[in-house]
Amino acid sequence: MSPIEVAEPRPLEVSEEAPENYLNVSHTVGSWLLTTDHKRIGILYLLSIMLFFTIAAVAAALMRLELITPQGDLVLSETYNKLFTIHGVLMVWFFLIPSIPAVLGNFVIPMMIGARDVAFPKLNLLSWYLFMLGGLLALHAIFIGGVDTGWTFYTPYSSAYSNTHVVEMAAGVFIAGFGSILTGLNFIITVHKMRAPGLTWFRLPLFIWSLYATSLILVLATPVLAITLGLMSLERIWRIGIFDPALGGDPVLFQHLFWFYSHPAVYIMILPGMGVVSEVIPCFSRKRIFGYRFVAFASVAIALIGFLVWGHHMFVSSQSIYAGMVFSILSFLVAIPSAIKVFNWTATLHRGSISFETPMLYALGFIGLFTLGGLTGLFLAALAVDVHVTDTYFVIAHFHYIMVGGMVTAFMGGLH
Amino acid sequence: MKFPLFPAQASTVAQQVDYLYFFLTGLTVFLMALIFLPMIYFLFKYRRGKAADRSPLKISTMKIEVAWTVIPLFLVMGIFGWSASLYYHMERVPAPDLEMNVVGKQWMWKIQHAEGNREINELHVPLGKTVKLTLASQDVIHSFFLPAFRVKQDVVPGRYTTEWFKATRTGIFPLFCAEYCGTDHSRMIGRVVVMEPADYQRWLAAGQPADTLVQSGEKLFRELGCSGCHMGSSQIRSPRLEGLFGKPVPLEGGGVILADEKYIRDSILLPQSQVAAGYAPVMPTFQGHISEEELLQLIAYIKSLGAKPPEESK
Repeated sequence: MSPIEVAEPRPLEVSEEAPENYLNVSHTVGSWLLTTDHKRIGILYLLSIMLFFTIAAVAAALMRLELITPQGDLVLSETYNKLFTIHGVLMVWFFLIPSIPAVLGNFVIPMMIGARDVAFPKLNLLSWYLFMLGGLLALHAIFIGGVDTGWTFYTPYSSAYSNTHVVEMAAGVFIAGFGSILTGLNFIITVHKMRAPGLTWFRLPLFIWSLYATSLILVLATPVLAITLGLMSLERIWRIGIFDPALGGDPVLFQHLFWFYSHPAVYIMILPGMGVVSEVIPCFSRKRIFGYRFVAFASVAIALIGFLVWGHHMFVSSQSIYAGMVFSILSFLVAIPSAIKVFNWTATLHRGSISFETPMLYALGFIGLFTLGGLTGLFLAALAVDVHVTDTYFVIAHFHYIMVGGMVTAFMGGLH
Repeated sequence: MKFPLFPAQASTVAQQVDYLYFFLTGLTVFLMALIFLPMIYFLFKYRRGKAADRSPLKISTMKIEVAWTVIPLFLVMGIFGWSASLYYHMERVPAPDLEMNVVGKQWMWKIQHAEGNREINELHVPLGKTVKLTLASQDVIHSFFLPAFRVKQDVVPGRYTTEWFKATRTGIFPLFCAEYCGTDHSRMIGRVVVMEPADYQRWLAAGQPADTLVQSGEKLFRELGCSGCHMGSSQIRSPRLEGLFGKPVPLEGGGVILADEKYIRDSILLPQSQVAAGYAPVMPTFQGHISEEELLQLIAYIKSLGAKPPEESK
């Protein structure tokens, strides 16, 4: 067993001249692979998600190249379908979801609350191994032929009609999901039990609030995804009728279960970004955040209402029109806490002393892109318009504004 | 080739959807300005190193927070009311002038008119008539999307979904599959041809096959042996189908079900699941022996029996 160093609560900038810290205490590969230090684990996550991001980005680039002309000159339909599945699966589960929580969260949560490490350092390392195992399974599925179901795995296409490596890909996501659950648990317990004396809930940094809300979603929603993909795989392997109507199942049930995870999951992707921006804006404005409690509660409100809006992915899926209306009104409600955050960030700038360093530029970019992405969300929540624009590039543009424009810029800002 | 920014408005609901769309676009521009103009102003005015009044505000921040919570709340509830009422109008099928069946399968659309005419990846409809489509899928989930009519409906295997429109312009408009359905999803496209009603009648007559939809269903009814039990005087006690459609059916083991397309479909494919009261579950399943199109023909035939009184009462 390699030596395990004591985490010192030092800021990153002094790492070069510091006498001993998490970077120079030992240099062997083993010391990195068996580390239980939260900062080292954060860096392991950083390197691994960069790998997945690169592959997924190459897939996206190939897709766009192919789309220069309608004909299949670069790749044929089958390969194209596999490319967008690679892009979706890797970007969602192996980049966006672990990006800010697992990299920045692991790195800074203990420092922000004055703890030595997260509550369960070994569990934390296990999360990374589960994540990598899932990721490597997914990569293996890609290299032995790929999957063509799209990241949504809609049944009965995925469970009966696709001739690709669906089960292995689902298993990768399934296993990585356990890593997410453990990370979420770890963060919740750390924030509850390991705050420094006197650091009450309403003195916590807003980044902690947003990650706390994110962790709640990770813990509560991820099991539903695991069960759903598990059932889909059972149906595919043993023809147990759950979703396939030919076996007496219901394909729309799959959509309900899938989106019950996957809608909250988009908040896993955006809440930490909001948390970063809520730290960066006050910092470079030399001013406290405007309306601290409102921003904090907005994070929690988004997480809670986010659980109740999954049906807005299914307005044309043949669910009842009254269910559609309930999901529509809840989707509009979730816009309110998001709007509150944007207003508060803007108000924080008022009478501040603003300097334009790189993180601040990213944070301002986030607000611009997120606001546009959020406002296009109104079109999608509006039932009648959604019927027309759902399943089209309008939706793709909407969530890429939020995911790329929002999360990626926030991640870059946070890294800086 | 032309790439119009907006699809043509060719149905009664298209313009209403577009009004809401443009309202939302305007609102978005307005809100963007509302947020970004002050933001840019603050960024300029309060940049570091510039002299400015930076004393804390005296007014209550609570009032501001409540204001920018409640005002957007009313705004989005207003949008909800507007869009939900329009959605209700779009989803509730009015009394149709014409009905057609659409079957989606990898990777084509097969359409059959009541008169028996069949088309693949093409749908001919008359101008100004309310057309109701009954959608079924032979395999995976598809989605029948007519952008010019602003309508879209998923086509889900194992159930029937419906879509309606009333065309307001003649012409040729695109038809897409909007739910990813496998390798050649991107080629599962077609067109809708909207014709003057007289032209439509001529088109129907020109391609009229020997049997109408109901007649095809009747033939199947005999070929598959349904008539052996469900018609005339049979030795096996089975429910008569005349006058059945649209009526409530008491079930063995309690409960009542409305005899609609879904019930007839289930009774043919899963005959053991919902047995009419007073009958033994002796009917064999036809799952795997019958295609979605044949099912729709049978249903059309049983529907046509709905109008007739029962031949004999027993």
